[in-house]
Amino acid sequence: MALLQISEPGMSPAPHEQRLAVGIDLGTTNSLVATVRSGVATVLPDAQGRPLLPSIVRYHANGKVDVGYAAQARQADDPKNTIVSVKRFMGRGVKDVDHAQNAPYDFVDAPGMLQLRTVAGVKTPVEVSAEILKVLHERAQLALGGSLYGAVITVPAYFDDAQRQATKDAGRLAGLNVLRLLNEPTAAAIAYGLDNASEGIFAVYDLGGGTFDLSILKLSRGVFEVVATSGDSMLGGDDFDQRLFCWIGETAKLAPLAPRDMRSLLVKAREAKEYLTVHQEASVTAKLTSGELVDVTLDSETFCRITQTLVQKTLGPVRRALRDAGLGVKDIQGVVMVGGATRMPQIQRAVAEFFNRDPLNNLDPDKVVALGAAMQANVLAGNKPQGEDWLLLDVIPLSLGVETMGGLVEKIIPRNSTIPAARAQEFTTFKDGQTGMSFHVVQGERELVSDCRSLARFELKGIPPMAAGAARVRVTYQVDADGLLSVTAKESTTGAEASVTVKPSYGLADADIERMLRDSFSHAKEDVHARALAEAKVDGQRLLEATRAAINADAALLDPQDRKAIDAAVAALEAAMAGADHRRIKQAVDALNRATGPFAERRMDEGVRRALAGKKIGSL
Amino acid sequence: MSRTSAAAGKALTSSSSHFELFGLEPRFILDAVALERAYREIQSRVHPDRFAHAGDAERRASLQWTTRVNEAYRTLKNPVQRASHILALQGVDVAFETNTAMPADFLMQQMELREAIEDATETKNAVALDALQERIDGDKKVLEHKLAQAIDAQKDYPAAAGLVRELQFLEKLESEIDGAYEVME
Repeated sequence: MALLQISEPGMSPAPHEQRLAVGIDLGTTNSLVATVRSGVATVLPDAQGRPLLPSIVRYHANGKVDVGYAAQARQADDPKNTIVSVKRFMGRGVKDVDHAQNAPYDFVDAPGMLQLRTVAGVKTPVEVSAEILKVLHERAQLALGGSLYGAVITVPAYFDDAQRQATKDAGRLAGLNVLRLLNEPTAAAIAYGLDNASEGIFAVYDLGGGTFDLSILKLSRGVFEVVATSGDSMLGGDDFDQRLFCWIGETAKLAPLAPRDMRSLLVKAREAKEYLTVHQEASVTAKLTSGELVDVTLDSETFCRITQTLVQKTLGPVRRALRDAGLGVKDIQGVVMVGGATRMPQIQRAVAEFFNRDPLNNLDPDKVVALGAAMQANVLAGNKPQGEDWLLLDVIPLSLGVETMGGLVEKIIPRNSTIPAARAQEFTTFKDGQTGMSFHVVQGERELVSDCRSLARFELKGIPPMAAGAARVRVTYQVDADGLLSVTAKESTTGAEASVTVKPSYGLADADIERMLRDSFSHAKEDVHARALAEAKVDGQRLLEATRAAINADAALLDPQDRKAIDAAVAALEAAMAGADHRRIKQAVDALNRATGPFAERRMDEGVRRALAGKKIGSL
Repeated sequence: MSRTSAAAGKALTSSSSHFELFGLEPRFILDAVALERAYREIQSRVHPDRFAHAGDAERRASLQWTTRVNEAYRTLKNPVQRASHILALQGVDVAFETNTAMPADFLMQQMELREAIEDATETKNAVALDALQERIDGDKKVLEHKLAQAIDAQKDYPAAAGLVRELQFLEKLESEIDGAYEVME
């Protein structure tokens, strides 16, 4: 944004130390944490120098939790308590999970999201994911030598609201300040685009362990704009393992397997798949608990044949994204390959054939997402001066709608809308004297409510009684920069307003998160208190810094009265922070936020004016 | 430019028009490059990514602004919505829901096209769908040209409202074609 680089005297931000920010790729198979150091994005390895953390969590009866390689090593011994690919369960019910019968877990069907019964008690996928995030959080703090300012966590672009909310909750549960949920293909595009100074229209083909995304982006200097995104949140490398596992069972004519054998054969299947990436033939040998010996050989041709439908399944979303973008294959300048599963030769061939060009493989498909997330985290933390940063415009992957008469869906925000987005729709009463209205919020592309994902139900009460069709209820959907939805309903004909704001029901209430945080500290109450105080102080410090920076930049926009109110609120917050009462700090933070409201709005208006003025100068 | 300074002097509230927001003249024929440039310049000032480290008040203001700018941009990029917006600024309601009186020959044509789409879907005839898509694209271009005449040159807004309604019919057909492609996959 060359035109925005002219900063007015006194407008340049006060120099501050770099805030510690990381990008986390919370993957189905592996997870990573990366950061920007001396201007370069790097993955932070563990103490043994290993960059990846296998996304595997093992629970012990004594409450101990193993995460990563330690859990991976013992997965066949203790399959029920060793959770792999937990990402597939985020924001999902038991009926949503493919191959649930082949998974060696003890599922508990809970409303909204399934749970897993382990020796350490019933765990939600959010808690399991939080264990992975905690390890990465600690790894980063150790490597960077300080507490983190915040983290960007990546999610598949095709994740729906339930899956996004679950991921954000896991981040909070791991004690992270989640700066943003970032779509994985977008993160990859940032890393790729900045590394190669690319301009033009690119497709990102991201086949991970459990999810598939296809995003089309327009890259121009300083702007990453997602034009369309599509995918399948239940399709990934795991499915190739599963197909291979079934093939082994059929070929070796195996009887139904014990959980332990199931897990070890799945591991063998994955190894064979990886081996076939560079070899023509792989043999699978295993000794089952029954003593039976499995010994089959698989050639790459057979592997291609048995997985052909999976490969084809990825091309449907590719076509859909192109259509939504109003583009053809010839408009695409390059296809960036992301995710370990894109190493499979049949995937490479199918993509090359479809796009009529060789895909771009010059970035490590396992690391590129984490690196891009780290770059974005660095920007969001405010470590890059304006002009050196970039603008990211992303979209929602699935339409958001509301149930209407007859179980039909009325779309309110269509898929591929640039976020943040808001849209309102008016509804009216059906019967005379009706004082309440119930709403059902859904996400998906189908016409019938039963074919879409149910996100939330809520009721608006207190509508003044009037004739049918006379009330005017305005329902507003707001999607924020994380792609998360909130819904408000308001009745306004009589001037009497009733409004509710809902958070989708699968999400955890703040109280749940607090309880889980408490549970995770098996220690005394003081620890909980100490943590609450520390968090409140971090929040307070953050707000004080932001307020000072705003005043330094735009003091001219402050009238004396607002200035007085802000100064008083700042002093009150500083006083509260000197004490040890986290509630008092929180109140002072809220008060300062209220006091800076009008100032913030004026600064934003001024920002728009400057942008328009800059354009006029530029176009002369 | 006196127009610009007048716009700058006015509060940029939600009541200002989408055109004003981007510093553009309210015309149907649009300088797409200027629109995109203005959109990006405003976004780079107000986008939530700029305020991830700021206080609640600024983040709230940023969310509201960005939402507003996205809505304005989406409206102006789409011909039906852009035309409707111009007509609304002129006090003419396009009335998609209530005004269903369309010329009989136009409606007949629409019915035929719809049937053709259904046939192509049932017989999984992608070639036929492609041809229909092309035909509708062509019809849209003609209508958009007429709209530009009616709005920008003749300022005949009631006539323009009729054309907008026709254009909306074509957009619906297009989304039916999109749906048909999806069914066929």
